[in-house]
Amino acid sequence: MSKPNLQLDENGRLRHFLTIEGLNYQILTDILDAAESFSGITEQTVKKVPLLRGKTIVNLFFEASTRTRTTFELAAKRLSADVLNINVEASSTVKGESLLDTLRNLEAMHCDMFVVRHTSSGAAHFIASHVQPHISVINAGDGRHAHPTQAMLDMFTIRRTKGSDFGRLRVAIVGDIMHSRVARSQIHALNLLNTGEIRVIAPKTLIPDHARSLGIHVFHDLEKGIQDVDVIIMLRLQNERMQGALLPSEHEYFHLFGLTRERLEKAKPDVTVMHPGPINRGVEMESTVADGPHSVILEQVTHGIAVRMAVMSLCMRSQMGNQ
Amino acid sequence: MSLTDDNIDALVDVMVDKLRLEIKNRPLPDPAMVGIHTGGVWIAERLHQRLGIKLPLGNLDISFYRDDFTRIGMNPQVRPSELPFPVDDRHIILVDDVLHTGRTARAAMNELFDYGRPASITLAVLVERSGRELPVYAGIVGRSIDLGTNEHVKLSGPDPLELQIQKTA
Amino acid sequence: MSLLSDIEAKHIAIRRGRIIDPANSVDVLTDLFIEKGRIASIGEPPESSWRAEQEIDASDKVVCPGLVDLCARLREPGDEHKANIHSETYAAAGGGITTLCCPPDTDPVIDTPAVAELIRHRARAAGYAHIVTLGALTRGLEGEHLSEMAALKSARCTGVSNANRPIKNTQVERRAMEYAATFGFTVFLNAQDPWLTNGGCAHEGAVATRMGLPSIPAAAETAAVARDLALIEQTGVSAHFCRLTTARSIQMVARAQYDGLPITADAAIPYLFLTENDLVDFDAQCHVMPPFRTTRDREALRAGVARGTLAAICSDHQPHEPDAKLAPFPNTEPGVSGLDTLLSLTLRLVEENLVTLPEAIERLTAGPASILGLDSFGTGNLSIGSAADIIVFDPSEPWQVSTDKMLSAGRNTPFSGWELRGRIKTTLLDGEVVFQRN
Repeated sequence: MSKPNLQLDENGRLRHFLTIEGLNYQILTDILDAAESFSGITEQTVKKVPLLRGKTIVNLFFEASTRTRTTFELAAKRLSADVLNINVEASSTVKGESLLDTLRNLEAMHCDMFVVRHTSSGAAHFIASHVQPHISVINAGDGRHAHPTQAMLDMFTIRRTKGSDFGRLRVAIVGDIMHSRVARSQIHALNLLNTGEIRVIAPKTLIPDHARSLGIHVFHDLEKGIQDVDVIIMLRLQNERMQGALLPSEHEYFHLFGLTRERLEKAKPDVTVMHPGPINRGVEMESTVADGPHSVILEQVTHGIAVRMAVMSLCMRSQMGNQ
Repeated sequence: MSLTDDNIDALVDVMVDKLRLEIKNRPLPDPAMVGIHTGGVWIAERLHQRLGIKLPLGNLDISFYRDDFTRIGMNPQVRPSELPFPVDDRHIILVDDVLHTGRTARAAMNELFDYGRPASITLAVLVERSGRELPVYAGIVGRSIDLGTNEHVKLSGPDPLELQIQKTA
Repeated sequence: MSLLSDIEAKHIAIRRGRIIDPANSVDVLTDLFIEKGRIASIGEPPESSWRAEQEIDASDKVVCPGLVDLCARLREPGDEHKANIHSETYAAAGGGITTLCCPPDTDPVIDTPAVAELIRHRARAAGYAHIVTLGALTRGLEGEHLSEMAALKSARCTGVSNANRPIKNTQVERRAMEYAATFGFTVFLNAQDPWLTNGGCAHEGAVATRMGLPSIPAAAETAAVARDLALIEQTGVSAHFCRLTTARSIQMVARAQYDGLPITADAAIPYLFLTENDLVDFDAQCHVMPPFRTTRDREALRAGVARGTLAAICSDHQPHEPDAKLAPFPNTEPGVSGLDTLLSLTLRLVEENLVTLPEAIERLTAGPASILGLDSFGTGNLSIGSAADIIVFDPSEPWQVSTDKMLSAGRNTPFSGWELRGRIKTTLLDGEVVFQRN
């Protein structure tokens, strides 16, 4: 029994943006192209366009995040939308309102779009399946499942630095794949964009057993893994991993998997180094790499606004066009 | 009906003459010219060159200012607008290929005002056709045509330029 | 056990049905006669002068013992907002289930005779089905102190169990098993290692990896089964493994049975159909504990049922209020409401040629009755003189699962929309019609 794709409307256009899975090459390319136009806008003197004037976008964050929330807020404001920021601490939902009740209350205030971040995998899907037909949901990160806008801004960055032929690229993702929603989304996006080779590099405890089913090559040795790669994406290592008996120490992690200038030489000479941020200097990479000529970490942040403007415009359009 | 490059060139010359007079009589000191993508830019390039306007040619993509975004959605391929001169206190000649409902001109004006406060805006169009929906007026017109609601005029180009009138069912 | 008092000495004849009684190897097209709430005879009436006061036409229907469900949560006492004994025994009757076994994780826990008797009393008052109870293996199900099993035995608990609460201390588990053995209790085990489970909500495999769901490896079950088998061997207690889900566990249990250990095992019907793949789109109706596993595991479970390694199929009925499933997947409560669909889904196994109709009925009647030690009392069979807990059903009548029309108070099922066959027409409890469908 196949269900219709929750993310697409009946014309196959993006309605919700929940996960890269289930989308196609054309939709991803449309997002990247739209982001390109918005990129032009943000680089000009006039940074605002009236595209979403009169629309209300709600940042519904059940998991704290200043960075992601502010980029979404900036993106919405540059589209001339009104923005509502709702930070629901996990404890208040436990004590009081159910997620569904929170949603209904916000809908009663005539909002047009929800940007949702939540600690549970599947939260954005849940919200998308329960909103009114005219509302769009954008996933800003749900548990370990997906962070699709981050993946798209990473793809945008790769396209800008390496061109649009992903087929000739070797991309390595280094770090905690197991717990990373960013990694999952990046892998899906790289696959859909027909990337030449996708590698993940980490100790065995941080790579899920069934990783190969995602269409990737697994490495446990950093230097072997980044041999001749075009793009290296470093993931953030969280402190909880030491507590959960997944890693002995940050020290050992850096010793084995930390990106240093010497190790970087194993990759292609024009390798691009990326990181979704915030960086743990001295754990994932040394400062000379983070601040060095290969790093595009700060550009990623700028691109994040254009990509989110693109996603919001495309989803909102689909909603209004159907009325 | 169609107008070929030669005819269009003749119309452009008509516009050039009218614009020269306008610039002199109003007057419009040190004017800037802005073409509206895509057809307006093709026409503006020719006007800009023949009139010898000093300030570089500007161009506008009005996709983000359209009022029908709700219905037709966003075009993923949008070029950034380029206005290589300050807009404040500037006399601007806004150029488009066809004036029909007036909505494109309105969007273009809205976009110009996001850049600054022009001293004046003069709208110059290659073809003006019936069917105005907004109170928009073109000061400079190459040619006026009366068309039915199921008829459309379209400029193709950039080389050669051709104007086609099509009937839709 | 049935009460003989207050029953009319009613003579009932069930005519022309296909009588299937696997316990007595009966499969015959004939009549069945009931008197004083008990089965009087099969084939010919007990005496030539015998007259029926009520006739039930069972042409083209199957007549068999009322089904025995090894595990059904009634939510009373403790969670009456989800369901209660009245609503669930009624749903059971509608599903052809005449005996339900209730696990000890009520609130309060069944670690005193009072709670066991309360439940049985409420069931009798409702009058739709018999309820038997499993007593708690440890006090409060906390896994630290033994429960008063002698008292639970006299309160007629049919076994002891620690429900889904793990006993972390192996020494305590061993002692509890030995103590249970003193009273001839069968220990009902839910083999799941709590540390490997680690708060997971899906099977650790390709699907959970893709969906980023906290997951539970197969080892969480197999490690616990291995530990439990070692202790069963050490203590000699009679044991039953509840709701196994992995191919490896079935293999271990089959091996142990072959080696002569006194163990039995069951499967819950949803696990014979659904796998990790059904979790697509985060459907909370597929959130169950233990999780739906791989296709290979499901095939091994089905083979186990066919072979008889898994001697019983149960519903694992867990009714929920709607809110319990209305949240992001990991935040929902696990469980399927299964009384309404137990028979029909089991009949699907017959349609799929996994088992014959008599074998299917055996897994729902004689098999579970034997595991509960109730067979000698006439539960799960049509022996002459036993209580007339009988169902008449149409094995081919089609129907569609619709949450609106479910009889249970809990409408949480992943089988919504499924087209099934098999409809209960009449359910008799102690010779009285407690459910009728036309």
